Amino acid sequence: MQGGGHAVCLGPDIDTDLIIAGRYLRTKDHGIWVSHVFEDLDPSLAARMNGAVIVAGKNFGCGSSREQAALALKEAGVTAVIAPSFARIFFRNAINVGLPAIECSLPCVEGQNVKFDLAAGCVETGGNTYSIRPLSPRMRDILAAGGLIRYWRGRP
Amino acid sequence: MSTLSERILGADAGEYVDRKVDRAYVHDGTGVLTLETWKQMGNRLSDDPDLYVLFDHIVPANNSTTATLQHELRDFACGSFMHFSDIGGGICHQLMSEGVVLPGEVVVGADSHSCTPGAFGAFATGVGATDMAAIWLTGETWFRVPDSIGISLTGSLQGSAEAKDLALLYVSRLGMDGGTYCALEFIGDGVKNLGMDDRLTLCNLSVETGAKTGMFYADHITLQYLAGKGQKVQPQVPDSCMYSRELEFDLSDIVPLIAVPPRVDTVKPVSDLAGIPIDQVFVGACTNGRFSDLARLAGILKGKNVAVRTIVVPASRAVLSEAIRTGVIADLVAAGCTIGTPGCGPCLGAHMGVLGEGEVCLSTANRNFRNRMGVGGEIYLSSVATAGASALTGEITEPEVG
Ligand code: SF4
Repeated sequence: MQGGGHAVCLGPDIDTDLIIAGRYLRTKDHGIWVSHVFEDLDPSLAARMNGAVIVAGKNFGCGSSREQAALALKEAGVTAVIAPSFARIFFRNAINVGLPAIECSLPCVEGQNVKFDLAAGCVETGGNTYSIRPLSPRMRDILAAGGLIRYWRGRP
Repeated sequence: MSTLSERILGADAGEYVDRKVDRAYVHDGTGVLTLETWKQMGNRLSDDPDLYVLFDHIVPANNSTTATLQHELRDFACGSFMHFSDIGGGICHQLMSEGVVLPGEVVVGADSHSCTPGAFGAFATGVGATDMAAIWLTGETWFRVPDSIGISLTGSLQGSAEAKDLALLYVSRLGMDGGTYCALEFIGDGVKNLGMDDRLTLCNLSVETGAKTGMFYADHITLQYLAGKGQKVQPQVPDSCMYSRELEFDLSDIVPLIAVPPRVDTVKPVSDLAGIPIDQVFVGACTNGRFSDLARLAGILKGKNVAVRTIVVPASRAVLSEAIRTGVIADLVAAGCTIGTPGCGPCLGAHMGVLGEGEVCLSTANRNFRNRMGVGGEIYLSSVATAGASALTGEITEPEVG
């Protein structure tokens, strides 16, 4: 799976409450999250999410196990999250909803184009290539299918 | 030379593996979402793992919305070949620990404290509802084999110190993300001085460091406990292996501790907090609701009267039965305690013991996050001995050595 987008730089320890606040969870209308994503961190971020690659610090997605955090980013048009490490339940949830969570340390320049290639195991930005902690073939397949529901739906 | 996780998952730390799951369980909370997602995925049930639906979170149902959701899940579970435990059976992690989970198994629960039965030398961890739905469908899931942190123990607990105090201590040392991606392995000479209940408490809190699981190697204590439940198993002998980090504790040095709201890793000696008034004591949860906990509490309260409302919730029906048979429940009731339906009780703030604005609870559970037991309420976490001593005075009180 390949993709890319403009970098949005964030710090370490971004928790799931900051990604999507608890007050917006109780809804079946996923579209509502698009305008509220990262609201408590920086309300201006939501407008920059479509087509973004989030480049964050360590332990991204810590806190509660809400699957809505990964879903909200995907709904908002984020193409991937890149961080040196993720909270493990967020990491699983992200893959399961079809949002690439890529473990990699790279310098972030706001707005700069970032490209990723999961099969090749690398990320490219600012003319440099960085290797990522590889995903298993199964995880790449789940991502390529657009998430775990679609991955399994219709399989014999 | 492998860690226990590497041995069970059959690959080196850092590698991704697809693994068949031996047992998978959901509760009335996560089961509803799992069922919904599973229906979208394919509507077939793998007959490979043992699948469990265990009602514990909001039992009995607190309102008709909950009751309706439970009704649907109950109907589904009873109409399938899943194992089902209805209200009053007990907390999912406890039920899995009463002779169900065995050493060497891969066990997955749709709840973050599914690390608890790692105490039997199983690889036991929590997942979200979507992961669980796929396990229902296929019987397997993917893992990244974790690095392991060694928690090396020597000595034996002294005075009124409990395994819970050690649990709070290691959480404070590692911090709330110090164990992320890792498994905690409890090793060293001191483990032979910890009973099965102690080990379950220690593994239970591993997730409070972000860890994937906590585990003990199955030894003669494990074997004896499981033999008592009709299970015959082999011990696991530790290899010498590489830990990404090692922490050492002398059990003899442990003193009664408390986690101060709203973080589990903010831990202080009880003596520093003595005198803080409390409104409620809760003894129970998957952390400290076992028979040994209730018996210890009864030993402290017997023949006396509690000074604040004290809610005791046995972790399972088996625990409740044992506590009735041995007179523990009679002593607790005589001392003024309220006994709840076996299950999670007030731990998650859904019902039965919710706190009011400005109220303070001393709890033996594992999380003291803001508003968890009720909006505006504060939660201090302690051992059973500290909870018992404090119930008698109405303020945080150091347990007597005895
Ligand atoms: S007792 Fe509390 S921590 Fe344990 S499973 Fe129930 S709600 Fe979760």
